[in-house]
Amino acid sequence: MTTKVYIPRDSSALSVGAEKVALGIALEAKKRGLEIDIVRNGSRGLYWLETMVEVATDKGRTAYGPVKVKDVASLFDADFLHGHAHALSLGLTEELDWLKKQQRLTFARVGITDPISLDDYIAHDGYKGLKNALTMSGADIVQVVADSGLRGRGGAAFPTGIKWKTVLEAGAKSNIGLGCESDIKYIVCNADEGDSGTFSDRMIMEDDPFVLIEGMTIAGIAVGATQGYIYLRSEYPHALVTLNSAIEAANQAGYLGNDIFGSGKVFHLEVRRAAGAYVCGEETSMLESLEGKRGLVRFKPPLPAIEGLFGKPTVVNNVISLATVPVILDKGAKYYADYGMGRSRGTLPIQLAGNIKRGGLVELAFGVTLRELLYDFGGGSASGKPIRAVQVGGPLGAFLPESQFDTPLDYEEFSKIWAVLGHGGIVAFDDTVDMAKMARYAFEFCAIESCGKCTPCRIGSVRGAEVMDKIIANKDKKTPDTAKNIKLVRDLSDTMLNGSLCALGGMTPYPVLSAMNHFAEDFSPRDFELKQSKAVA
Amino acid sequence: MSCFGEISLQELSIQEINTKLDALIAEHKQMPGALLPLLHAIQDNMGYIAESFYTPISKALNLSVAEVHGVVTFYHHFRTHKPGRHILQICRAESCQSMGSEALEAHAKKCLNIDYHQTTPDQTITLEPVYCLGNCALSPAVMMDEEVYGRMTPADLDTLVSEARLVEATA
Repeated sequence: MTTKVYIPRDSSALSVGAEKVALGIALEAKKRGLEIDIVRNGSRGLYWLETMVEVATDKGRTAYGPVKVKDVASLFDADFLHGHAHALSLGLTEELDWLKKQQRLTFARVGITDPISLDDYIAHDGYKGLKNALTMSGADIVQVVADSGLRGRGGAAFPTGIKWKTVLEAGAKSNIGLGCESDIKYIVCNADEGDSGTFSDRMIMEDDPFVLIEGMTIAGIAVGATQGYIYLRSEYPHALVTLNSAIEAANQAGYLGNDIFGSGKVFHLEVRRAAGAYVCGEETSMLESLEGKRGLVRFKPPLPAIEGLFGKPTVVNNVISLATVPVILDKGAKYYADYGMGRSRGTLPIQLAGNIKRGGLVELAFGVTLRELLYDFGGGSASGKPIRAVQVGGPLGAFLPESQFDTPLDYEEFSKIWAVLGHGGIVAFDDTVDMAKMARYAFEFCAIESCGKCTPCRIGSVRGAEVMDKIIANKDKKTPDTAKNIKLVRDLSDTMLNGSLCALGGMTPYPVLSAMNHFAEDFSPRDFELKQSKAVA
Repeated sequence: MSCFGEISLQELSIQEINTKLDALIAEHKQMPGALLPLLHAIQDNMGYIAESFYTPISKALNLSVAEVHGVVTFYHHFRTHKPGRHILQICRAESCQSMGSEALEAHAKKCLNIDYHQTTPDQTITLEPVYCLGNCALSPAVMMDEEVYGRMTPADLDTLVSEARLVEATA
């Protein structure tokens, strides 16, 4: 009997040698005259165990990891093809504590299926959401999404249903206008996942691309859009290949194109490559880029839902938001909304990253605390030193000290402590981190990535880095300049916070000020007065 | 689509370059928002976007040369000069910093004896910074051409670089 062996094709797994392991296993099987069927699945998201090899046995899939090429022969010697014990045995995959404790809705199939096999996708509940959607009116689909409580997972957490409703109605209005308005609308998927510490978009696109395609198709049918674009960052070449082959398969099978499922509905999908500009993750800047221009942020209003891509009503959603739509349409709004807390409904794919022992993807209902994530899932720092700070929500997210680790993951709870959840990325730092340097880096990053349209961001970021340089240079001297410079950074941050056109300049003060507020000793270790003034602030 | 690593412009005659450019323009100019896909195609096929291409591109897309120049120079990904045969990108973002990417950067610059945006004298490697490769659970990360490498140490980086040189020497 041919044994199925699963070896991930996810680029993070490849980054630690999955390709060589796959080759090694294929060669070793051939050498021993054993018939195996290698499936290149997605990653389960237990990245510290990559390359994680799974074998299909009578009891279920059995996992081994982290497998290196040098382990391949001994795996065969131990008869891993029948699930037998080996030093790298992890037991049944489904029984792994790290996976069992999760609530995977958006990531239900990730790591289980062959990402580019449409049959596999359908066999694992794929396209059920779209089938339901095709029996409903656009307004009803929008209502289901609204009732689910889904909020934009890109970071802004805007209710997805309201956005869709605006686009749905934007078309209706054009018919009673002067009669010259076109009824073209667009669905744009923001796949410019540039935040450090985040990789959930990449995982969806590489490891379960059909769920994104299905979500976008449902969005198109709901609001009456016939063309979709996925704006994919250029740093993800593997995702580009996977998406393109999945789109081709969906087109050939009639799940995309001019007659979806024989319903007569039309939806076309195309991937467009970004070109390494972080600011293009901002929706209006992204639309400019899709139009072939420099990624300069647009003034709002008009909202993209009214005047978006090429001036037409456009739904702009993050990968995770769109990839969550199929499960909502399949299982119903209530099923999804029953997860979560407060106004944060459903689940969040959380990414544990940085200096963490067990990094990877954890999908859980809102409400889990940072401490549970960092220690129960993450196992503490990779270096074994105490975790001193975490940055949640990418380079524009606040740094949180240990005293805030009991904050539950919830949009509103994070707002209360002047932090953001963003895209759900959590980067841990051990006690060797220099927070003054991190604050300086936040300004530097903003300066490198600023689109240049508004002054607070373009000039403020450069000046901020300069002043931080002075603070860092004066760090071990007792000098009145530091107090003055810190006040200057606070003033500058206030200007950027309130005067910038978009979140890049407007949120750079989050990491800067949170570092100053919570880790003042890194800015001026000897200045007692300054610590006092910080306590007052 | 060819990969970023296939650099062939330097081996072509001016006439061949123009023919290739015209073909790429013809292939892309009808696309809505054609400029970025066209620039990607040019860079993929020819290694970089020479400033002499601005005029034919601008004519075909009904843009000014300044607009084309503006777009090419706005995006970090696009290059206007010939790169080395391999592009080594080192992630500078927070997650990789938390796992020692600064030491990795310093090591790369010292060993290759170049700074960011520069190419080694033997034309093998161009060193570029990058801000997140989406490999943050396995930081620090680098990318050589289109492949990501995680949990990099300075020694791993040396191996990666010498392998690139070795493959060329034997090719």
